Amino acid sequence: MKDYLTFALKRFLQLLAVVFTGISVAFFVSYLSPISPVETIIGRVSGQSAYSPQAIASLRETLTELFGLNVPLHERYFNFLGRLLVGDLGPSLLAFPTPAMKLVMLALPWTVGLLAVSTILTWLIGNILGGLAGYYQNSRLLKAFGVIAIGIQPIPYYIVAFLMVIIFGFLWPVLPISGGFAMNVRPSWSPEFIVSILRHAILPAASLVIVGLGTWFLGMRALVSNIVTEDYVTYAELAGVERRRIVSSYVIRNAMVPQLTALAMALGGIFSGTIITEQVFAYPGLGTLLVRAVNAGDSAVVLAVSCIAVIAVATAIFLIDLIHPLLDPRIKAQ
Amino acid sequence: MFSVVRDLIRYNIEFTIGVMLVGVIVAFSLLSFFSPVDPTAIYTTIPDMPPSGEYWFGTNSRGQDLFWHLAFAFRNTLFFGLTVAVLSRIISITVGLTAGYLGGWADRTLMFFNDIFVAIPIFPILILFYFVLRSDLTMMKLALIMACFGWPFDARLIRSVALGLKHREFTRHAVFAGMSPARIMYEEHLPYVMPIVFSTAMANMIWSIGLEVTLAVLGFTNINVPTVGTALYWANNHSAMVVGVWWWIVIPVVLIVMTFLGLFLLAVSMNEYIDPRSRLRRMGA
Repeated sequence: MKDYLTFALKRFLQLLAVVFTGISVAFFVSYLSPISPVETIIGRVSGQSAYSPQAIASLRETLTELFGLNVPLHERYFNFLGRLLVGDLGPSLLAFPTPAMKLVMLALPWTVGLLAVSTILTWLIGNILGGLAGYYQNSRLLKAFGVIAIGIQPIPYYIVAFLMVIIFGFLWPVLPISGGFAMNVRPSWSPEFIVSILRHAILPAASLVIVGLGTWFLGMRALVSNIVTEDYVTYAELAGVERRRIVSSYVIRNAMVPQLTALAMALGGIFSGTIITEQVFAYPGLGTLLVRAVNAGDSAVVLAVSCIAVIAVATAIFLIDLIHPLLDPRIKAQ
Repeated sequence: MFSVVRDLIRYNIEFTIGVMLVGVIVAFSLLSFFSPVDPTAIYTTIPDMPPSGEYWFGTNSRGQDLFWHLAFAFRNTLFFGLTVAVLSRIISITVGLTAGYLGGWADRTLMFFNDIFVAIPIFPILILFYFVLRSDLTMMKLALIMACFGWPFDARLIRSVALGLKHREFTRHAVFAGMSPARIMYEEHLPYVMPIVFSTAMANMIWSIGLEVTLAVLGFTNINVPTVGTALYWANNHSAMVVGVWWWIVIPVVLIVMTFLGLFLLAVSMNEYIDPRSRLRRMGA
């Protein structure tokens, strides 16, 4: 138990390091931006009616202070870190006085929901099928699946999502292709709303699953086809252990461990894929928000989405690392 | 080297298919050097012509002959992928070999940064770069930024091989013969990790080209440079699928999928070749 706590603490420090580096990179990159939020707002306000130069000057002063731009860079950086701790990244431009963080928090549950469900489904289905394909190497069905997996695996997220829109939006319109829920349903815990959410999630989730499945299938098949040549598997077969038990608790369980590491390492990429897929289906998550913010020149929201993305992915990796030793007792010793 | 390729073609159908697919795409992109029209110019031919004997891939709504336009676009895209692959290979080889051979605190520090880079989601960061640089985000700058994020997986892989090499007899001989650590890494250890470098370079190209296509489709690169991504961007911009100019989308998508499939098959078959167990199984031993 003590070993496990040291392990968890070490991983937690690593989590902090990742988050710190990620948000620092995001901050300094966004600092280079030539677009000043202050001037954008002044342009927007003064475009509607005429104001005296004094009024504009005092508005500029107030806005500069509001965005915290009146202090040198290093001070701004520490202000930024301090305010990030309390979840305040200044007002957004998309919906002006609304805090950027509030917009991000409204979008976050959609992304997390879509990402979690599709990743877990992909990982489980891919690994189980891959494990079976590695063990029953003569099965025609699984061999055919392998060929399909090789064909689909290298296609980028965007193209799969786009094909889904063409197929289910134009050729055979049975499922909604845009939005998170139907316009005529009020958000509440009513059955219609939940059904509407689920129906809208099918296509985005399906395209994520289709892209991801091949990687896990092929990886697991390769791992298992090496494990089945191990002596302990042959011994178990000779000793008359049931085949089903060999596959599930002797072979697949051992191969799960490296696949879990791979999941932790692939999560950043899967997150990027989710953002792209959301954009194609106009799903109301972080991806759509990010693209809208870039097009509107809203640096506060772009920075907020980047920071939340770094924190969310790093936390998810941390959680995966925590369940790792429960599957593989050898890791505790490290 | 030649005999390795011959063996791969003889025993490995995936490798053969991969070579053929990538070969077709590379040949197609090299044709752009002989392009009779300027592939960046617009309204040089009749717009919206379907594929025919005169226009093999048709023409798009911007009056470009898609055959020459796409040839140039694929040349740019492949060159971009190759640049990212070469630059990120340099970083990953340096980090991997150093961490593996030196060990100790150097290893711990390098792997600490390695793990940080693995965990940072790159896509929002790239969008942030576009947000800041806008049209200053040239292909070269984008390649440089992506190379800075594309090395950590492969550095770890190279390190694990280097760790094993460190305790081999020949390394000890080299140390006793007075070779410096830098020379041992580059002259003794580098040849052993080259197969990994090649196979990860293919995977890296898939990754970088995929990201470039995605960024460009959203309009987040310099949309006036023809690449596969910007070709799709303009097609979407003109609602090609809705107005029935299907060839403008279908042809680049088919070609890019061929590219990805070819690179992926090359990476997989090289990986298999590296692992002697699966190589023997394939040869039927």
